Amino acid sequence: MKYALTVNGEPREVDVAPGTPLLWVLREQVGLKGTKYGCGVAQCGACTVHVDGKPARSCVLPVEEVGARAVTTIEGLSGPVADRLRAAWRSLDVPQCGYCQSGQLMTACALLTEVPKPDAEQVEHAMAGNVCRCCTYTRIRRAIGMAAEEGGAP
Amino acid sequence: MAPVSRRLFLKSSAAVGAGLVLGVHLPMPDKGFAAAPEAPPQPDLYNPNAFIRIAPDNTVTLLSKHIEFGQGPYTGLATLVAEELGADWGQMRAEGAPGDLVYQNIGRGMQLTGGSSSIRNSYLQMRRIGATARAMLVAAAAKQWEVPAVEVLVDKGVLTHSSGKKATMGELAEAAMALPAPAADDVKLKDPESFTLIGRELPRLDTPAKLDGSARYTIDVDRENQVVAMIERPPRFGAKLTGFDEGAAKRIPGFVAAKEVPGGVAVYADGFWPAKMARHALNAQWDESGAEHADSDQMIERFKAKLGEAGKPAADRGGADAVLDKPAEGDKVLTADYVFPYLAHAPMEPLDCVIERTADGGVEAWYGAQAPTIDQMAIAKVLGVPLDKVKINVLFAGGSFGRRAQGDASLAVEAAQLLASAPEGRPVKLVWTREDDIRGGYYRPLYVHRLEAVVRKNEIAAWRHRIVGQSIFAWTPFPEPKDGIDPTSVEGARNLPYGINDFKVELTTEKIGIPVLWWRSVGSTHTAFSTETFMDEVLAAAGLDPVEGRLAMLAEHPRHAGVLRAVAELADWGKGAPAGRAYGVALHESFQTYVAEIAEVSLDRSGMPKVHKVYCAVDCGVAVNPNIIAAQMEGGIGYGLGAALFNAVDVVDGRVVQRNFDDYKPLRMGDMPEVSVTVVKSGEAPTGVGEPGVPPVAPAVANAFARLTGKRVRHLPFARALGGA
Ligand code: FES
Ligand code: FES
Repeated sequence: MKYALTVNGEPREVDVAPGTPLLWVLREQVGLKGTKYGCGVAQCGACTVHVDGKPARSCVLPVEEVGARAVTTIEGLSGPVADRLRAAWRSLDVPQCGYCQSGQLMTACALLTEVPKPDAEQVEHAMAGNVCRCCTYTRIRRAIGMAAEEGGAP
Repeated sequence: MAPVSRRLFLKSSAAVGAGLVLGVHLPMPDKGFAAAPEAPPQPDLYNPNAFIRIAPDNTVTLLSKHIEFGQGPYTGLATLVAEELGADWGQMRAEGAPGDLVYQNIGRGMQLTGGSSSIRNSYLQMRRIGATARAMLVAAAAKQWEVPAVEVLVDKGVLTHSSGKKATMGELAEAAMALPAPAADDVKLKDPESFTLIGRELPRLDTPAKLDGSARYTIDVDRENQVVAMIERPPRFGAKLTGFDEGAAKRIPGFVAAKEVPGGVAVYADGFWPAKMARHALNAQWDESGAEHADSDQMIERFKAKLGEAGKPAADRGGADAVLDKPAEGDKVLTADYVFPYLAHAPMEPLDCVIERTADGGVEAWYGAQAPTIDQMAIAKVLGVPLDKVKINVLFAGGSFGRRAQGDASLAVEAAQLLASAPEGRPVKLVWTREDDIRGGYYRPLYVHRLEAVVRKNEIAAWRHRIVGQSIFAWTPFPEPKDGIDPTSVEGARNLPYGINDFKVELTTEKIGIPVLWWRSVGSTHTAFSTETFMDEVLAAAGLDPVEGRLAMLAEHPRHAGVLRAVAELADWGKGAPAGRAYGVALHESFQTYVAEIAEVSLDRSGMPKVHKVYCAVDCGVAVNPNIIAAQMEGGIGYGLGAALFNAVDVVDGRVVQRNFDDYKPLRMGDMPEVSVTVVKSGEAPTGVGEPGVPPVAPAVANAFARLTGKRVRHLPFARALGGA
């Protein structure tokens, strides 16, 4: 089946079986490898992308359900919030193996876009679905705090 | 020193010494893959050509002989080179070195990342390589400028002379490599006092690529015409395939082929999803009569029954048996039994490997190889190709925690077998799903322990420690230890640092058909827990403070005592935890790195420990990069805590119960304590930090929990001991 998608602002036509999760369409048809597989059952967040700006687990999102909505992956994540997050991530050297970090950044960016100054509980709640087996959580918390701080008054 | 080749210095070193791989010598005389041919010529482990590349744009790229999966060798090894080379940190880059004996782990005779040894074995080597390259660059400048070499200065990647002459390393590299290398004796290393990079919190070289999706892992590799392969594995370890329904798989779009392979049924397809769907449709049938029917609950009972008998002595000094058999009037005798479940490593990136045949009759693979030398031998043997035609490109791995360090090369063997059966000989990308990962064995073994002690007046009059469990060594090609003691089963117990005169450690090894493997900090994953929680109980019985009591027995072990004092100061142990919370302490050395941790714990609503904060003091000798050391302590603490709180792999009648992150619960952000790390100043040779942060956290939490509740948790994980709370 052919599907018309919008990925990182560009129209992409893909030809896959119905039911194929967006994750595999992005990685294997569109060729964007930054979005990762970790569990396939919406338990780890490694596959997080934005669909119309909202974080979504692409491993359980069938391609036919995406429709005309805009898909953003780590490769296309941009703007002032993303810049601040990346700068904070870099200054704290957050990643260890790095495999979960695309998903962490996607979720963190959606959070700060919606709630520019989240409190600790809001951060934990928003990030609860993103597993890091290297346990970089303390630095993720600090980096989100830094990026929010630098965002100025809400 | 061997003649150096300009070409290699400037370009890829991928081909360096490919011939040297021939005749890898491993300590595996009677089992294993390939008998080593006669002793190979020893590669020159100090040849800059093999390890650094200086490009005309003045970038210096380190070829890391150790795999990067988060623990920091790219940055650490590059720091060591840059320090002696006189490079600017901004010009340093790093990438993974391919499989080749020149990249061996010094002292182990093969290329291997493990045992927290990357910095330990590279410290002098990488510095000498940097210093050698620097001497060659200086010689080239001196020659070009017709000035004495001693007058050439090197600073931040630039060489200068008082006459005003100036050149970058990139400009001089080609000329430098045309010169003979200096004799080893002429290469002088810096006095540590004058280090400018070692000891600084330099930014990690691998961070930027991990923030924009450009970092490349095995799962991201695409070879032309490749097929994705998955294996339908037996429902019980050791079951035999009797049949499968290819017809059903054929109806899945993208399905390519299904073939029987030694590990089960290989499904080849044009993509991950078609492979997974087709595998699901296969309906494989198995003969389970000869399969493993082990049952973890029954194993626990059986192992416990053995605790009453003496095992093989792993340590024995004084007369612990005599004291325990005949306690004196007024002695307090303490006994405690412990249970440690199977654990999966569950790295974020499940196992994967890309492999293809090359035009010259060889094989090339791309993956996170933790032990490339063993893997090369395994692939050569499975596919019948010469060893020097097996090329392994070592990529980033999304974690490992020991999972990719396979003594039996099981991943490489599986990939090679899949390539052997690949339709039309196409390149193969083998992927494991998370379910394959959790159910695929190679677990931290299940162990039970018994600890017994006699407290006489205010002293420990005897200490006896019995351990029953599987041997990790039995799943490697390494020969069985002559004394019948697998050192990985008793490490951390047999070398308990406390000054106890009558001391005994015994091991009983059980054979079970469930594959086991080293799991981040190996034996210390269980020995630190039993010894450090029992020590707390014993000290309490003797009326001693957990910190003071330990310190009193550490006169012979200043580095243990040092980290214990440092952590007590960091946490303000004397003052104690805030109201409603308790402190627990634990101390453990692993891989020659000393770590003490204090956990600050309260109870959550369900009665489980809530860990607010962990204080950590670490002594790993010279601190090459304190920020990476702290990060590894944080990560190790989270990793050890998650397993202690939540994790067990259960086997019921030979079948693994858990399957994914829903029932093998990973630690999430809300469970992660704040971590405060202090790195103890030391001039000792540096040691590793990838594993040693793990062992103390679980006993520290258990000790705090006991203070809060009076309850001793001795059966991990906590969630199970506390009734599934
Ligand atoms: S891969 Fe999608 S949540 Fe884990
Ligand atoms: S950095 Fe390794 S899983 Fe998060």
